[in-house]
Amino acid sequence: MAVYDKRLLKKLERKANLIRRHVVRMTHLAGSGHPGGSLSAVEVIVALYFHILNIDPKKPKWEDRDRFILSKGHGCPAWYAALAERGFFSVKDLDTLRKLGSKLQGHPDMKVCPGVEASTGSEGQGLSMGVGMALAARLDRKLYHTYVMVGDGEMDCGQTWEAAMAASHFHVHNLTAIVDRNMLQLDGPTAQIMSIEPLADKWKAFGWEVEEIDGHNFTEILKALERSKDVKGKPNVIIAHTVKGKGVSFMEGAVGFHGKAPSKEEYEQAMKELGGEP
Amino acid sequence: MNLSDFKLESQRTYWAKALVELGKERQDIVVVSADLSTSVKTSLFAEEFPERHFNVGIAEQNMMSISAGLAACGKTVFASTFAAFGTGRVYDQIRQSIAYPKLPVNIIATHAGITVGGDGATHQIVEDMALMRALPNMTVIVPADAPETYRAIKAVADYDGPAYVRMGRANVPTITSDKGKFKIGKATVLRDGEDVSLIGTGIMVSRCLLAASILEKHKISARVIDLSTIKPLDHKTVIKAARETGGVVTAEEHSVVVGMGSEVALCLTETAHVPMKRVGIPDVFGQSGDSDELMEEYGLTPENIVEAAHDVIARKGR
Repeated sequence: MAVYDKRLLKKLERKANLIRRHVVRMTHLAGSGHPGGSLSAVEVIVALYFHILNIDPKKPKWEDRDRFILSKGHGCPAWYAALAERGFFSVKDLDTLRKLGSKLQGHPDMKVCPGVEASTGSEGQGLSMGVGMALAARLDRKLYHTYVMVGDGEMDCGQTWEAAMAASHFHVHNLTAIVDRNMLQLDGPTAQIMSIEPLADKWKAFGWEVEEIDGHNFTEILKALERSKDVKGKPNVIIAHTVKGKGVSFMEGAVGFHGKAPSKEEYEQAMKELGGEP
Repeated sequence: MNLSDFKLESQRTYWAKALVELGKERQDIVVVSADLSTSVKTSLFAEEFPERHFNVGIAEQNMMSISAGLAACGKTVFASTFAAFGTGRVYDQIRQSIAYPKLPVNIIATHAGITVGGDGATHQIVEDMALMRALPNMTVIVPADAPETYRAIKAVADYDGPAYVRMGRANVPTITSDKGKFKIGKATVLRDGEDVSLIGTGIMVSRCLLAASILEKHKISARVIDLSTIKPLDHKTVIKAARETGGVVTAEEHSVVVGMGSEVALCLTETAHVPMKRVGIPDVFGQSGDSDELMEEYGLTPENIVEAAHDVIARKGR
């Protein structure tokens, strides 16, 4: 196990906590949104934006930047919060989530939001877009890496597997998929709605290098993300085992918070738990 | 004037010719196919530029979103398949991955309409124009013949946004030339006339020309317009034709319920009220048959256009 500097891990943990507070506040202010699937994705997004990705917030369209696609577009509050904290736009803008005229649309819009690489929301399309980006990098002999976060609910989508097959067929090793395996989808537990296990074996059968990690443990996340860049000849998937609603006691593992914003009381309680000022 | 007076040429051959030329001229041109590369002729591009051709197999959803990813990284993408599989099967992928972010992906759809022939209704899409023109940011082009197809392909390659170019499988009469530049959004008056306007698109433009020559024998002077861009519609040319000739017939190898004729009718309802008739496929699915037989079966002959013109003229001034 690689050993990471304690200060780095501490910094990332603080960022994760900050992003969680943003997510709770943003969805509360918006009165709608998807806190559960945003909170499960926080550590992976923080690891990418505050350590892994080669990006320049001042030049969001820099040609050589690494790409990140949030295929599970409903988790965008966490993405927006990370982009704002990383300097792509003002943290104040986070209060405009889902408001008329905002760059922070209910699902990501690459045309209006700096740092957003792909418009997503209708599930199952992001991995294919990522394959396209990885192929473009290869054609241009560029060294950037493309990361795509997919939800475990998106494992239901046929297109996910079309993309998985193609990535392996085209040997795009400059592509990493991260499955946010939070075990829940809108209607209930993934195991009840549509069985997707054995998930790791499915990806292996499609020709991918597979790694399973604790998606809330920064050491495991960093190690897996760094390793994924070194895999040659095939694409790489990290199955990140996470908890939906992570960090807020009454949202953890609660199907009800897939697409429901916290009420005033819930918001205050959540902020208290996250150690922030309401 | 008869159909046999014209040279019959393949739109697919000309599209592929334009594509290969573009591939030579520009490194940013890439092509995505879905197991139909020999039918849609992208195989010719693949032979010349194998590294810039991606065949994704029978996976059109993947095709459209991969195209979006390539386009988001600076590529000008041509995604080509049959019209039935390149629209209805992938409407949501086109909508979210391509049209919403306004990416330069050109969907080149062959085998559109009933002239596909023997394959039958599953392959004879008659509502693809409607699906594509309903999408914000989408440009929809239906060239009249092979040379216009060539020019249209060159034009969409230079256009910074998504475009849908529709063509059939059957060879079509050559009525234009490959000289000059195709202007997106500009209809062409192929023949001037005063008594009625025949507005055609795709294969039906040649039928409008034939109808005009029949009408001439009936002492009726018909204006013929090649409406090759369905969206954005050339309102100016359409309204001018309606006002100057006082009657309009539209003709398309597509459902009349949701097609080009409907769009022209809406335009004229708000601007220039004239008697109008839409020639096209009624609200039904197609069936197997020879393409010429099918054109007769579904009322897409020059005679059908002549009949419609008489009907329109009879209703003038009522």
